[in-house]
Amino acid sequence: MSYQLDFSFLSKSWPAFVAGTWLTIQLTSVAIALGFALGTLCALTRVYAHPLLRRLVAGYVEVIRNTPLLMQIFIVYFGIASLGLKLSADVSAVIALVVNMGAYTTEIMRAGIEAIPKTQVESADVLGLSRLQVIAHVMLLPAIERVYPALTGQFVLLMLASSVTSQISAEELTATAERVQSQTYRSFEVYVVVALVYLLLSLFFRVGFWAIGTVLFVRRRRLGTTR
Amino acid sequence: MSPDSAVMPLVRVSDVVKLFGAVKVLDRVSFTVDRGQMIAVIGRSGAGKTTLLRCISGLETIQGGEIEICGHSVGTSGRHSRKALCRDVGIVFQSYNLFPHLTVERNITLALTLVQKKPRREACDIAARVLSLVGLGDRLDAYPEQLSGGQQQRVAIARSLALSPQVMLFDEVTSALDPELTAEVLKVMEDLAERGMTMILVTHEMGFARRVADVVLFMHRGKVWESGPTGEIFADPRTSELRQFIVSAL
Amino acid sequence: MVQFNSVHVLYLLVAAKWTIALSLIAFIGGAVLGLALALARVSRFKILRLAATGYIQVIQGTPLLIVLFLSYFGLSIAGYQLDPLVAAGLSLTLFSGAFLGEIWRGCIEAVPRPQWEASECLGLGRLQQYFYVILPQAMRIAIPPTVGFMAEVVKNTSLTSIIGFVELARAGQIINNATFQPFLVFALVGAIYFAICYPLSVASRRLERRFHVA
Repeated sequence: MSYQLDFSFLSKSWPAFVAGTWLTIQLTSVAIALGFALGTLCALTRVYAHPLLRRLVAGYVEVIRNTPLLMQIFIVYFGIASLGLKLSADVSAVIALVVNMGAYTTEIMRAGIEAIPKTQVESADVLGLSRLQVIAHVMLLPAIERVYPALTGQFVLLMLASSVTSQISAEELTATAERVQSQTYRSFEVYVVVALVYLLLSLFFRVGFWAIGTVLFVRRRRLGTTR
Repeated sequence: MSPDSAVMPLVRVSDVVKLFGAVKVLDRVSFTVDRGQMIAVIGRSGAGKTTLLRCISGLETIQGGEIEICGHSVGTSGRHSRKALCRDVGIVFQSYNLFPHLTVERNITLALTLVQKKPRREACDIAARVLSLVGLGDRLDAYPEQLSGGQQQRVAIARSLALSPQVMLFDEVTSALDPELTAEVLKVMEDLAERGMTMILVTHEMGFARRVADVVLFMHRGKVWESGPTGEIFADPRTSELRQFIVSAL
Repeated sequence: MVQFNSVHVLYLLVAAKWTIALSLIAFIGGAVLGLALALARVSRFKILRLAATGYIQVIQGTPLLIVLFLSYFGLSIAGYQLDPLVAAGLSLTLFSGAFLGEIWRGCIEAVPRPQWEASECLGLGRLQQYFYVILPQAMRIAIPPTVGFMAEVVKNTSLTSIIGFVELARAGQIINNATFQPFLVFALVGAIYFAICYPLSVASRRLERRFHVA
């Protein structure tokens, strides 16, 4: 059983890997940005809005969090196609990822928002700030700061989960891997390389989020603490 | 045991130095404790009292000096026979530290069966005996959460007592208790002293220390600032720091 | 094109049985591995700590899909042909083990330090401390997040469909290819997953509340 490791395919196929990695980064970034926005909106709804709206958001969150991402992607992709709408694989992928990210973000942000002491909100109210201003200045940034580790952890998980979009032919990193290995028959080496790329991507994202955190959270930077 | 052991001090602390990073928390502390004595260690927070106790019990490693306790040498290497030391030294903490998932009886018999390898029946007998000594003989089957703070602390004392130590260390054991519950714990400690137990206690209960302790050690800035027999110390403090401390404490 | 009917529903339910079986394999295997990793992470020996941390970091930085592909396609090319069930079970075990190891390490570290000190001062050896004092308390802390993670394991089994294992997700795809009614089919599949995972999520939350109050 002598198997010779052979990584020579890299010399020809590295552009494909770069392209696939780039698409993964793009999909992830868009999904994070839009998913975070959606999640934050839903979290605020969960805390402030009419009970019926609250129940709706809760339902959305529960359904997404208790079903596999693969199913969600299939429903978006095949479902929309069955309605006659032709959506590209990338767009379907982004939609599914945004909906998924939104649900997980809702829970995390809700925890962050609810942890802000009521007294702070009240004092801001009493100072005359409008509801919107209170939310923006007194609530959101401290809430994000508080849940930042959980939030960015979820972001990295999303990046890794984006590999599943290969199944609806989004040409991201995993799909590239599948394509290359079917051409070169070097499955083991190809997937080892791709695993390494994902590891590097995880590191890259985590460092990036840490850097953003240092910039965003001035108090932590100055005092070295958040409490 | 040599025939002199009755005359030699049970605990000898010599020039002990303890650093936390660059901070000297214990600065050449020296004192001795004879068998049957009760030493009260008093002083402001941060004076090093708790650290001193933790070093004596082996929970912290010292960086200088020597500690000899019940014939065991606790030095700077940190390596000492944990089991042998634990047999002779009992320590009771401010936060009782009972094992919440075990009954009171099991809390006490755990070390008896696992460490001293006593058979189950004998361990239960000992447990019943020490529990009644602290006035809780009927609470064998209770869980810690069902007991009041004062009761839990008394169980903690019983737990250490069950191992028949030669010295018992008490680290501010009543500080976390409501005033009404403090009295019952102090009574147990007073009983122990009357039975001849050698005790070192860190305490804020000045009245108690004054009444029961033989020797008082006043610690300030990591040093033994003043020490002596209880009566003298309280009646005639020599340093201004101790005078200020007594005034503010009483 | 076939009309969607009750036979299809039955097919889905039978496939769900495989989802549950795979989840159990992954959970039990992952639990054994996870416990070993958690203990290694808090051990006194640096090499154990490094090895366990390294393993967990690698697994947590790799998509499950890639792990699956490596164990199924990768190993087969290298000459070790694994049955889809074995490949699926192995990959899920390796994956779940890393996550459970992390969760349980956190739970061990959540046992208050004074419990270590009190048991140490009573003379208990390290093994005795773990067995009689620390682990029993760590287990109570671990129950809510572990139950929550079980839902995650169930969802992860859906990826094994990609290497051809016929569990619930694959069954859904097969039926969709026959009936071309994606909304109906996948909604039903989703509902079955929901029926399995939701009770676990709710139980996890309830247990969390109960243990926090106690």
